[in-house]
Amino acid sequence: MNIPSNLKFTQSDEWFNAADGSMGLSDYAQGQLSDIVFVEILVSAGDVIKAGAPIASVESVKAAAEIYAAASGTVKAINDGLADKPEVLNSDPYGAGWMVKVDGGDASGLMDAAAYEKYCEERSH
Amino acid sequence: MTYIPISPTEREAMLAAIGVKKVEDLFKDVPAKHRFPKLDLPPALTEMEAAASLEGWASGNETTRDLVSFLGAGAYNHYIPAAVDHILRRGEFYTAYTPYQPEISQGTLQAIFEYQSLVAALTGMEVSNASHYDGATAVAESVNLAYANFRGKRTKVVISPTVHPQYRATLRTYTQGMGLELAGDDSQADLEAGPEAIASLVDDNTALVVVQYPDFFGRIHDYTQLVVTAHARGALVCVAANPTALALLKTPGAMGADIVVGEGQPLGIPLSFGGPYLGFFTTRKQYIHKMAGRLVGETVDNRGQRAYVLTLTAREQHIKRERATSNICTNQGLMALASAVYLALLGQAGLRQVAELCYHKAHYAAERLGKIPGFGLCFSSPYFHEFSLCCPRPVEEVNAHLLEHGILGGYDLGRDYPALKDHMLLAFTEMNSRDEIDYLVEVLSEVSHD
Repeated sequence: MNIPSNLKFTQSDEWFNAADGSMGLSDYAQGQLSDIVFVEILVSAGDVIKAGAPIASVESVKAAAEIYAAASGTVKAINDGLADKPEVLNSDPYGAGWMVKVDGGDASGLMDAAAYEKYCEERSH
Repeated sequence: MTYIPISPTEREAMLAAIGVKKVEDLFKDVPAKHRFPKLDLPPALTEMEAAASLEGWASGNETTRDLVSFLGAGAYNHYIPAAVDHILRRGEFYTAYTPYQPEISQGTLQAIFEYQSLVAALTGMEVSNASHYDGATAVAESVNLAYANFRGKRTKVVISPTVHPQYRATLRTYTQGMGLELAGDDSQADLEAGPEAIASLVDDNTALVVVQYPDFFGRIHDYTQLVVTAHARGALVCVAANPTALALLKTPGAMGADIVVGEGQPLGIPLSFGGPYLGFFTTRKQYIHKMAGRLVGETVDNRGQRAYVLTLTAREQHIKRERATSNICTNQGLMALASAVYLALLGQAGLRQVAELCYHKAHYAAERLGKIPGFGLCFSSPYFHEFSLCCPRPVEEVNAHLLEHGILGGYDLGRDYPALKDHMLLAFTEMNSRDEIDYLVEVLSEVSHD
């Protein structure tokens, strides 16, 4: 399982990169969902979002999930390309699979990579 | 599958497992005097007596087999080839439900897939779902799609007053509590106004525009320009269409509609006093994730053979729960099959022939009826197989006179549109012979002489 050390994580399996304000779905989560066939970003640039509010809706071949904001802030960009290539959420969840970028995101209260790895391991037992 | 009720041994085992001595103990919370209330019922009948009694009541109904019918207004008396009923009643198909393990029932899925393909071709659209209850609920689901498409950010729906009054009533019921504004839903509006009047109501808050084709009065409008206007405002357009007419007319798909729905009853489903009917629902590929209902797709199995699956099920109500577009996903499997068999039997040329017969009979009738003193055609627009006729006396009286002569008259438009008091909506199909139409003219002429 890929858990980059520069990212912070939520209990609902989103990641947040404090360096550029980007957020998305973790590698663990994409593996649980299996092949993702549909993504819809629910926010637009300029929206003020709160941590924990839905930012995207994802459908895989076997499940549907809501993705929540890992941090509060003002949306500065959304990844429009995902709608046409939802499979990058499976292949590159931390890179091309980013969903939303915010300004002013605060990572406090999120898990670091080590804590998140432990959290994922506990759940896979 | 045989249904085997529980045996006494099993009943004992279950009672023992839950620690109860006898079944009656399960009802001890209900006071004894209320457990077996005395019902004031007549003496029991034998099966033979009961059947005779039911048949007696049923024979009080007059049907389109007993009468010459010119009644339409959303449900039409068409010929249904015997093969439709024959295939429908096969044990393999005779269930209205999508099986719980759908992929094990390849025949059912294939039938739905064929239905979807036929309906998509007929409407000129890219994708059809497995159907809804009826035309009215299909219209309501179009609003759900549009509302979900804009994630609730657009809160206005524009609907033409010439959409079937019952569809509009159903839409009002469905959208209660959604905080939507329904614009144009006014039976007192100018009914001569064309699609431009509807276009003028569309603004940047409009999620969907709903029109009917042909409209409730049978009139044919080209909605191409309305679609352009609506799209310029970012709104979607839903056309509720008569499927028979689509064999003859430009399809709503060709007009650029985003959603095409309608009542599938004319496609091989009997009138049956109002149901069960069939709601068809089609849209464009870009909206399939917001479409309610089930979708059957074609694929190959692990041996490379053609196979059918319920596709994109992750968007369905049982997975998406409260986030699903709609929580009514029941389809009309048996009625969808009936229409698929009907369409396959008639083919493109056959359905067009039915549509042409309807069209020409209606126009023959209009020409003759319009000449009877006191009667008149109400609208000047082109029409398909239905038109409104202005009568010299209340429609109720005219229809009573027609019924005395074995004719089921038209729909009383004054019931829904105050301005159309003394107007009846008459429908003509391939079932009406020229003699029958001449007879209608003759009997109505008596009304004008009275």
